[in-house]
Amino acid sequence: MLKSTPVSFSYDNLNSFIFPEISLNDSEDLLILGKSGIGKTTFIQLLAGLLTPDKGSISLNGVKYADLSPKKMDEFRGKNISLVFQKPYFIKSINLIQNLLTTLKLSGNKVDKEKCKYLLEHIGLSDKIYSKTYELSEGEKQRASIAMAVCKKPDLILADEPTASLDDENCDIIIKLLKEQAKKSNSKLIIITHDQRLKSQFKNTITL
Amino acid sequence: MTIFKLSWRNLVGSPLNTILSLLLMSLGVGIISLLILLNNEMKQQVKNNLKEIDMVVGAKGSPLQLILSSVYHIDNPTGNIPLNSINKLKKNRLVDLVIPLSYGDSYKGFRIVGSTHDYFDLYNAEIKEGRRWEGGFEVVIGSDVAKTHNLQIGDNFYGTHGLLKGGHIHDNYAYNVVGILNFSGTVIDKLILTDYHSVWDVHNKDDDSEMEITAALFKFKNPSALIKLPRQVNETTNLQAAVPLFEMNRLINLLGIGFNSIQFIAVVIMIVSGLSIFISLYNSLKRRRYELALMRVHGASRWQLVRLIQFEALFLSVLGAICGLLLSRLSIYIISSLVSENNTINNFPLTLVVEEFWLLPSALLIGIFAALIPTLQAYRTNIPKLLIDA
Repeated sequence: MLKSTPVSFSYDNLNSFIFPEISLNDSEDLLILGKSGIGKTTFIQLLAGLLTPDKGSISLNGVKYADLSPKKMDEFRGKNISLVFQKPYFIKSINLIQNLLTTLKLSGNKVDKEKCKYLLEHIGLSDKIYSKTYELSEGEKQRASIAMAVCKKPDLILADEPTASLDDENCDIIIKLLKEQAKKSNSKLIIITHDQRLKSQFKNTITL
Repeated sequence: MTIFKLSWRNLVGSPLNTILSLLLMSLGVGIISLLILLNNEMKQQVKNNLKEIDMVVGAKGSPLQLILSSVYHIDNPTGNIPLNSINKLKKNRLVDLVIPLSYGDSYKGFRIVGSTHDYFDLYNAEIKEGRRWEGGFEVVIGSDVAKTHNLQIGDNFYGTHGLLKGGHIHDNYAYNVVGILNFSGTVIDKLILTDYHSVWDVHNKDDDSEMEITAALFKFKNPSALIKLPRQVNETTNLQAAVPLFEMNRLINLLGIGFNSIQFIAVVIMIVSGLSIFISLYNSLKRRRYELALMRVHGASRWQLVRLIQFEALFLSVLGAICGLLLSRLSIYIISSLVSENNTINNFPLTLVVEEFWLLPSALLIGIFAALIPTLQAYRTNIPKLLIDA
């Protein structure tokens, strides 16, 4: 269960944000809509424990972020939280499957090559398993980054504008894929976006 | 994939930068190592051939030339001296042994040296086949001579006047091979030895004229003679005396200045290689900062990123140093196979020599220093900022 009280965060006196409280059960998903500049990415980073709120608290499965040291928070995030970005990133020097395996290793999870292969095949990248990541198309890259996020079966998937640079067709595919994979790995899914196309696809919606 | 392997993949992923850094490091280390090996070999050769020769007496001229021609056989003779004058010096009670030498002729690039049987004993030369000379115009040849020109016992040849190919051929007398020496690693491997009377006879001097030789090697009974006798010879006779030990030390010191300046250049190259490692890491980190942020998001610790960068720098510097050591050995091999026909470079060590031990730690240190700033950058990778900027 993900639980947050209303949290506030400020970079300086001019840029301060207050975010609403959230409560999310396993396998549930949530769409957070907001215009540009309203602090969407900041909220994602607070939920990922990459930033520490000035006020308020966030906890995942009963673990309060505020109780963890930065190093412990890194480990906790590695094990339990995945992020999907607007622009997909990869480690350039290694191929797609190695990217998956390396992130699994870095986050201290079990490295299972067969499962990763199966995941990539399922996501429709069966012929790209040994490709360099920079050879993929934009749609393929976004699918691959979802594979990177779900391969460790995280507790919480946070997606920051995952569809912003995609056309309608790819947008549908990606959202379906995210929801489907999150269900499969029993993960909570939060998508934060300004993309109004997604509105119809989620029951739980918050507008910032 | 471990951090270690990932470092390697990153290096292979940008081959041009990697090759440049490796090349610079291996050049720097290679040149230093080559100098060390050559210096060692030269000192070893000087020592091997010096044997127990305390003094050389010959015609007036350059003392270094006298030593180089009479002991190492790599220069021209200074001139001739009467045998009588040597015989007079022989009577001095400080003198233990005198070996007369007559040289200046050659056969297809190898020098013909006339001497006595004492010359064999000086170099502990062992006969491999045949025997020492007994009569006139019998020769015993060094192992390299036999190998290069495929000479065998019983073969005959004419000597050539002078030390270069293409001189006047003394076709009045033929030399006859009666013995072949074992390989010794000294200058004797490249010599054709005969009785010094034969060399005199070849030059067709009439019996009346006083017999001359080219130089004489002296062994003393007592080291104190080293100071006294050479000065006495130089001051009281029209001969020249030179002490090989002094002359060779002088030569090594002179060459040392050249060695030092080349070594300085090589050290500069090593430092530049460190700079190149730094620049290529710095640039690749700039390109890869999202990659590092991604790794952090996926749970990599700061120290794992530090290790990633350190490994990359150490790979470059240590691999470069190892390539350098291999490079120096390869060049030595090529050099020695090119010059071995007329020169005295023989066997080189393929293992690390003592003077080279500091090269690897220095390369390691250069690598660590080069990675210092990039490592700090990696440590400070600011995930929130990078992802917002994206």
